[in-house]
Amino acid sequence: MRTIQAVAWKEILVYFGNPMAYIVGLIFLAVTGFFFVIDLGNPFPEASLGNFFQGATIILVLLAPALTMRLLSEEQKLGTIELLLTSPVRDWEVIIGKYLASLVFLISLIALTLYYPLLLFLFAEPDPGPIYSGYLGFILYGSAALSIGILTSTLTSNQIVAFIVSAGILLLLFFANTGADVVGGFWSTLVTEIGMRSHFTDFERGVIDTKHIVYFISVTAFFLFLSIRALESRRWR
Amino acid sequence: MTETSSDVMIQASGLTHYYGPQPAIEDVNFGVKKGEILGFLGPNGAGKTTTMRILTGFMPPTQGQVTLGGFDVVEQSLEVRRRIGYLPETVPLYTEMPVNGYLKYMGTLRGMPSRRIRQRISDVIDVCRLGDYQKTTIGKLSKGYRQRVGIAQAILHEPEVLVMDEPTIGIDPIQVVETRRLIQDLGKQQTVVLSSHILPEVSMICERVLIIHQGRIVAEDTPENLAQRLQGVDRLQVEVGGPPEEVLPALRQVPGVTQVTHRRQGDREVYTVNAESGQDLRDEISRVVVGQGWGLLSMQLMGMSLEDIFLRLTTEEEGV
Repeated sequence: MRTIQAVAWKEILVYFGNPMAYIVGLIFLAVTGFFFVIDLGNPFPEASLGNFFQGATIILVLLAPALTMRLLSEEQKLGTIELLLTSPVRDWEVIIGKYLASLVFLISLIALTLYYPLLLFLFAEPDPGPIYSGYLGFILYGSAALSIGILTSTLTSNQIVAFIVSAGILLLLFFANTGADVVGGFWSTLVTEIGMRSHFTDFERGVIDTKHIVYFISVTAFFLFLSIRALESRRWR
Repeated sequence: MTETSSDVMIQASGLTHYYGPQPAIEDVNFGVKKGEILGFLGPNGAGKTTTMRILTGFMPPTQGQVTLGGFDVVEQSLEVRRRIGYLPETVPLYTEMPVNGYLKYMGTLRGMPSRRIRQRISDVIDVCRLGDYQKTTIGKLSKGYRQRVGIAQAILHEPEVLVMDEPTIGIDPIQVVETRRLIQDLGKQQTVVLSSHILPEVSMICERVLIIHQGRIVAEDTPENLAQRLQGVDRLQVEVGGPPEEVLPALRQVPGVTQVTHRRQGDREVYTVNAESGQDLRDEISRVVVGQGWGLLSMQLMGMSLEDIFLRLTTEEEGV
C-alpha cells in the first residue's frame, strides 16, 4: 500500500510540476468551454451540460493518451525501470500507482470544469440529475481511457508510439457503435457493447445503469491487468 | 569457493542467458562470500551487465540458478531485492526530481520507515559528498555528481549486497579515486559485486576477480595471483602415451618445472606442466618423453587466450 502511494505521489508531483500537464489541461478547458457555450447562441438555449459532455468525451480520446504516454515509456527510455523493478516493488503496485496518479490528475482537471454547472445553477434552472450522472459517467469513461493509455505506455519506450496507439484504440471504441449497423445480428450487438461512447449515453440522459458502471470498471480492470502482464513479460522476453 | 558453508552470500550455478540465438553468458558459475569484494573483469560486451541484471532480479536467466542470502533470485525475487543495492551502468535517475526528493522516493520503495529515511539521507549525503546539491534537480547535475546520487541510492537502505555495474565509468580521475575509496570502505561491512573493464581498477579494489570473456568465466583468482600469472608462468599441456605413475615423476625431474598435474581424458593421459617464468621447456620435455620410449602424442602452450584477454583489457584504458 505504501509503495503504491509512493509511486502515485511521485507521479502526481511530476504532473503538477510539469508544464506539459498544464498545457494539456489548458487545451482541455478551452475545448470543453467551447462546447459548453456553443449552444448559448440559440434563441432558446437549453440549461444542460449535454454539449459539454459531447465535447469532453471527444477530447478524452487525446487527453487520456497525453496524460499516460509518459508513465512507463519514459522509465524504459531512461532506464529508470531497472532501478524501479529491482526495488522490492511488485509489478502490479507500479501499474496501479501510476494509474491512480493519472486518475487523480484527470479528476482534478474535471473538477476545474465544475464552474460550468455552477453558472447554470446561478443563471438558470437546470435539471441536476443528468449533471451528476454525467460527471460520474465521465470519470468512469476517463478511468477506462487512462488504463488503455497505461497499457500502450507499458509496451513501448517511445512516448509518441504509446500516444498514437492508445488514441487510435480510443477513437475506434468511440465510433464503434456507429459501425454496428454494417454487420448486423450478433456482431452488431457485440460491436455496440464493446464501443465505449455508447455506454456513456445513458449517463448523459441522467440514467445511472449498473450495466454501464460495470462495463467501464471491467474495461479499466482488463487493461490494467494486461499492463501488469506486459510489465512482467520482460521475464520471458 | 565453498558451496555449503553458511558464509556464502551469493551462489550462481550454470547461468546462461540468450538474447535471441546468441548466448550473452554461458554456464557461468561463481560464489561470493559474505563481506567479500568480487570484481567482474572483462571487455565491453563480455556479459558483465547481463550477469548483474540476473543477480539483481531484473531478468531471469534462460538457464541456471542464483541464490542470494539463501533466497532464489527468480522464485523469491522480493526477498532478494530487499537485500540488494544496485547501481546500473547507465545510472538511470529521474532527471526532474531533486536529489533529496529522489532519495526519499527510493527509500520509500525499499520499505524504509520515514524516520530512518530522513536519517539515512543525511548519512549518504555526507558519505557521497552531495551536501551542496541536496535540493538541486538531478537533471542539472554533472555526470560525476549523478554517479554519486546513483551510489547514494544504492547504499541508502544499507543493503547486504551491493551490485555496481562499471561504477567508475565516465567520471573524472579525482572522482574515480574517491569512488574507489568509497567502495573499499563499503566493502568492509557489505558484500560488494562490481564490474569493470579496467584491470588495475579491479586489482586495486577487489579481493577476488572473475575474468569474463565472450560470456564465459575464463579465470578466477586473487588480483595478486592474476598479476603473477600475467607475468608469464608458462604452462604446457602434454599428452603422453605411457604409464602415468612413471611419466609424472619423470616430468617433475625436468629442470625448470615447478608443478605437474595429471588428468585422464577418455583414454588419453594429459599432463599440465607449469614452468618457471620465461622458460620454454618444450625441447627438454619432448627429449625426456621420447628418451624414455613413450609416445609424445601432443604438446601445446596454454594460457595464451588469457593473455590475449589481459592485453585487450590493459590496452583499452591506460594510466589508471
